[in-house]
Amino acid sequence: MNIHEYQAKQIFAKYGVPTPRGIIANTPEQAVANAHELGGEVWVVKAQIHAGGRGLGGGVKLARSIDEVKKLASEILGMTLVTHQTGPEGKLVQKVYIEEGANIVDELYLGVVLDRAKEMPVIMASTEGGMDIETVAHNTPEKIIKIAVDPSIGFQGFHGRELVFGLGITDPQEQNKLIKFAKALYTLYIENDAEMIEINPLIKTGSGDFMALDGKMGFDDSALGRHPDIEAMRDISEEDADEREASQYGLSYISLDGEIGCMVNGAGLAMGTMDTINYMGGTPANFLDVGGKANAETVAKGFEIILKNPKVKAIFVNIFGGIVRCDRIANGILEATKLVDVHVPVIVRLDGTNAIEAAEILRNANIPNVIAATDLADGAAKAVAAAKGE
Amino acid sequence: MSILVNKDTKVIVQGFTGKEGSFHAEQCIAYGTKIVGGVTPNKGGQEHLGLPVFNTVKDAVETTGATVSMIFVPPAFVADAVMEAAAAGITLAVVITEGAPVRDMQAAKAFAVKHGMMTIGPNCPGIITAEECKIGIMPGSIFKKGHVGLISKSGTLTYEGANQVCREGFGITTAVGIGGDPIIGLSYKQLLKMFQEDEDTHAIVMIGEIGGDLEIQAAHYIKENITKPVVAFIAGQTAPAGKRMGHAGAIISGSAGTAKEKMDALEAAGVRVVVSPAEIGKAIKEVLSK
Repeated sequence: MNIHEYQAKQIFAKYGVPTPRGIIANTPEQAVANAHELGGEVWVVKAQIHAGGRGLGGGVKLARSIDEVKKLASEILGMTLVTHQTGPEGKLVQKVYIEEGANIVDELYLGVVLDRAKEMPVIMASTEGGMDIETVAHNTPEKIIKIAVDPSIGFQGFHGRELVFGLGITDPQEQNKLIKFAKALYTLYIENDAEMIEINPLIKTGSGDFMALDGKMGFDDSALGRHPDIEAMRDISEEDADEREASQYGLSYISLDGEIGCMVNGAGLAMGTMDTINYMGGTPANFLDVGGKANAETVAKGFEIILKNPKVKAIFVNIFGGIVRCDRIANGILEATKLVDVHVPVIVRLDGTNAIEAAEILRNANIPNVIAATDLADGAAKAVAAAKGE
Repeated sequence: MSILVNKDTKVIVQGFTGKEGSFHAEQCIAYGTKIVGGVTPNKGGQEHLGLPVFNTVKDAVETTGATVSMIFVPPAFVADAVMEAAAAGITLAVVITEGAPVRDMQAAKAFAVKHGMMTIGPNCPGIITAEECKIGIMPGSIFKKGHVGLISKSGTLTYEGANQVCREGFGITTAVGIGGDPIIGLSYKQLLKMFQEDEDTHAIVMIGEIGGDLEIQAAHYIKENITKPVVAFIAGQTAPAGKRMGHAGAIISGSAGTAKEKMDALEAAGVRVVVSPAEIGKAIKEVLSK
């Protein structure tokens, strides 16, 4: 689960990670009131969406007067912001964060992520703040410092020294401030079961202080149960409505661009099915894992969600029955076709336990647009042909 | 021969009396697995499925001599269960449960390694040595005895792959579902080594997916150390970046962890890489007929 910048900064503040002062607004009037409350002469109006690249997309603007705060907030609120991370459809901006202006003398990058190879969190830092870190990693990998921290010992002094010397920070006071900053960030990463934190840029101000000018956080979904305060920060409007509806029925669904709807048991086989369709010259319309308990209700829901997409021209149901027997799944599919009006060809491949009985059930039912397939390759080929109207 | 488990392996079940634990323990017993008891706190001294129940893993190990534990406890208790098994002298824990927090597994795995315990999973179908010992939730009937070892992150692709291999007439020595989480126990590298050393295994099927770099590490290892033919499939060539594809670990982060980079690395290591899982059986036939 991801959260907004303003929420990440609330967590930062709790752990003593310095940030500029700011207040969230839902309307231009609130934005003005917030600017008054913050005082000063310069404010930043920042669109709050779950995607990076907001500045380049026109979602972060500087205001030098209260009137300008109002004008910019009016423009940004309600706009559909397109960045390299939102996809071409963009994201609707429903909140703006009004933040005091900062005196920036230097921009750094600081993040914490799980290093899956080392199996521990790694602190990533760079002098190239404000740039896309992927680009920095690609073009100038030597400018990225990585410090793995074993959670069994936690953040030690040597980690801090590696960080500041690596970044070329020589002033002892600045060194201490940044080490304290990084240690707090590591602590909040661990204590909140974060998956990633990214501060880009982390700024040095004219007075030699360090501040998180931006803040991005993602959390381990499996650990949200023990963090009700984080779970409460969930913004449903940032999530895909179909994906969310599917998850309520225990289905894992992700929409794609193609024409062949897929319904599969198991995440690996679901991806393998998409790959096979692609290999055979078709295009998958979605990823859908119905999980280990494919029954009439879940299959019906799956059909319903797949068919919401008007581009779908055929559906490939690919089930490898293990503990769940194929004959029961076949009956489930038949029942599901009664519950939902399935108006496109449905290619059904059932393999594994009791596959022969299942094929018999489908044959006897004799539903005109249900086509039986013998294996994965056969099913994918039939689905591709059906989508092409063959 | 086989790797890790065989017909003599003594197995206990943590989370024995729960719904999932009971159902699958029963299936494993029916397959022939030597399940010798189970653990459910506060039910010690009782009997379940005709086998003794213990309060702690320590008691179970002392009484039964079990060396392997199959773990079915709820996600929040997985780390505790794994560490309990390690502390009690279990040598292999097979963790079926899906949804254990990453931070918990990180700590549990580090502890397990320190105690010399191997872990399979979490979020996996388990391990099966064909026609001898099934420790997990896979449908036993599709695994016919033979000479192909199988390692997979995905449950249903394990079944798909094994089924094809068996239909081509080759059969399986041992199949291991290593799980789709960001942090898992045994990985390709260690298992490839075991299959290389197992005389009965003549070829290896390796099934991976997007996310992380375990398949790349495996490719480097294969290049230097594996002389047996390897067939590989990497799921997620058509998966979009930044989306978690069902498994907690199946996500392309930025431009890292794509199917393409893994397929390229494996191909460079001399592995026979197939672009569709439907080709696994045929590819095994080809490499073994050479």
